[in-house]
Amino acid sequence: MEYCAGKTFRYDHASVQTYASVVGKAENEGPYGGGFDEVIDDNKGGADTWEQAESLFQKKAVGHVLQKARLSPDKIDLIFAGDLLNQCVSSSYGLKDYYIPFLGIYGACSTFAEGLLLAAAMVNAGYADRAIAVTSSHFSSAERQFRFPLNYGGIRPPTAQWTATASGAVLVSETGKPPFIRAATAGKIEDMGVNDQNNMGAAMAGAAYDTLKRHFTHMGSHPQDYDLIITGDLGLVGSDLLHDLFARDGIAIESRHKDCGLMLFDRSTQDVHAGGSGCGCSASMMCGHFLKRIESGELKRVLFCATGALMSTTVIQQGGTIPGIAHAVELTSY
Amino acid sequence: MNISNQEYGELTKKRSPNSKMYKTLPKAFLIGGTICTLGEGLLNLYAYLGLKEEHAAALTSMSLIFLSALLTGFEIYDRIAQHGGAGTLVPITGFANAVVSPAIDFKSEGYILGLGAKMFVIAGPVIVYGVSASVIYGIIYYIIGLF
Repeated sequence: MEYCAGKTFRYDHASVQTYASVVGKAENEGPYGGGFDEVIDDNKGGADTWEQAESLFQKKAVGHVLQKARLSPDKIDLIFAGDLLNQCVSSSYGLKDYYIPFLGIYGACSTFAEGLLLAAAMVNAGYADRAIAVTSSHFSSAERQFRFPLNYGGIRPPTAQWTATASGAVLVSETGKPPFIRAATAGKIEDMGVNDQNNMGAAMAGAAYDTLKRHFTHMGSHPQDYDLIITGDLGLVGSDLLHDLFARDGIAIESRHKDCGLMLFDRSTQDVHAGGSGCGCSASMMCGHFLKRIESGELKRVLFCATGALMSTTVIQQGGTIPGIAHAVELTSY
Repeated sequence: MNISNQEYGELTKKRSPNSKMYKTLPKAFLIGGTICTLGEGLLNLYAYLGLKEEHAAALTSMSLIFLSALLTGFEIYDRIAQHGGAGTLVPITGFANAVVSPAIDFKSEGYILGLGAKMFVIAGPVIVYGVSASVIYGIIYYIIGLF
């Protein structure tokens, strides 16, 4: 089969107008604590179930974005949202009261970049004046869907990652101000043959490598041209593998590379093993930390590449593998 | 991709850290040993209080199950298990934790389809294959007894 290089979309009329993040207690105790818009200390926020709690995170993230932009929900043309739960219930239940035209998306933990890519495309094309992209993940709702009950004393291997309890939302419009969304490359499904659901980083690194490489080729750029290349949640194992894959091409990206999964938590003091993960991991790091630095001009050119493991517990039990995906979005301050 | 899945698999193996056995094994031994010592202590206590040996043994198991269920409810057992590993998984307390934790978790889906249906989601296979193995053992035992 011929190699499909796909396309990198260029945007001239899309900026991030406002952004907001809502996180749980452990996330706020991490190295970037204090930078988030709201912290829900008990991770539940008065909800009855963990699924409702995750919906609340998403609802609040969008609420903050609207409040910062001083807009009411009826001024938003479109919302792209997704999460990890079956039928993406955190998005549908969290956003139903806003009555904003809704397009649900799923890209596992890559969903935030997918939403950003789509929101920027719709705004750039003129179909929408204002579009929101939002995602969330919740440790407790993800654990009970994908793994074991919360109080079960099972042991996680060192390669396992910790689902972030967090949500991040951005409002995209043509403001003429930074952070500008300049370009985006949609990822391909890359199945590297990984079948260990406790090693998601390994399942996703191949997809990140392919997307980043295609993005560089299409843009005529080199890793050194970026202030930072930010991956979503490759964690320790996936980040090492990404470096290895680029090293085979004679390209060293280590000095430019940051991974949200390795940043959100302090791995030495917080028991998160290979790092954080989940849709909310990169969303909260982007909205709580990186977008501010791009807006201020401290970071001039950034490539954000959120990674997702398209994992199904059913297929894994049937002996299947875990395909990965990664979408890249280029943001600049100029 | 310019790398085969096999080659990538080898790379993954190289980059994936293993459990630090020099740390995990002694901790599992100590914490598992503590649980067993507690059981032994309870057995002696019940015997000392005048219970017959078989009654004392049954009461010991019941006490450990009760303690494990209680600690699971207070969200303490899984924290001990983070250090205990197989030391907290193998004793009867681990089995109790495996039944109680889904019962708590799936209560949100109701008492019938949630708690009732999901209670044995982890322990179920242990019961199925445990009972099956004991039946096979019984048959073998019976056949050997014929000669």
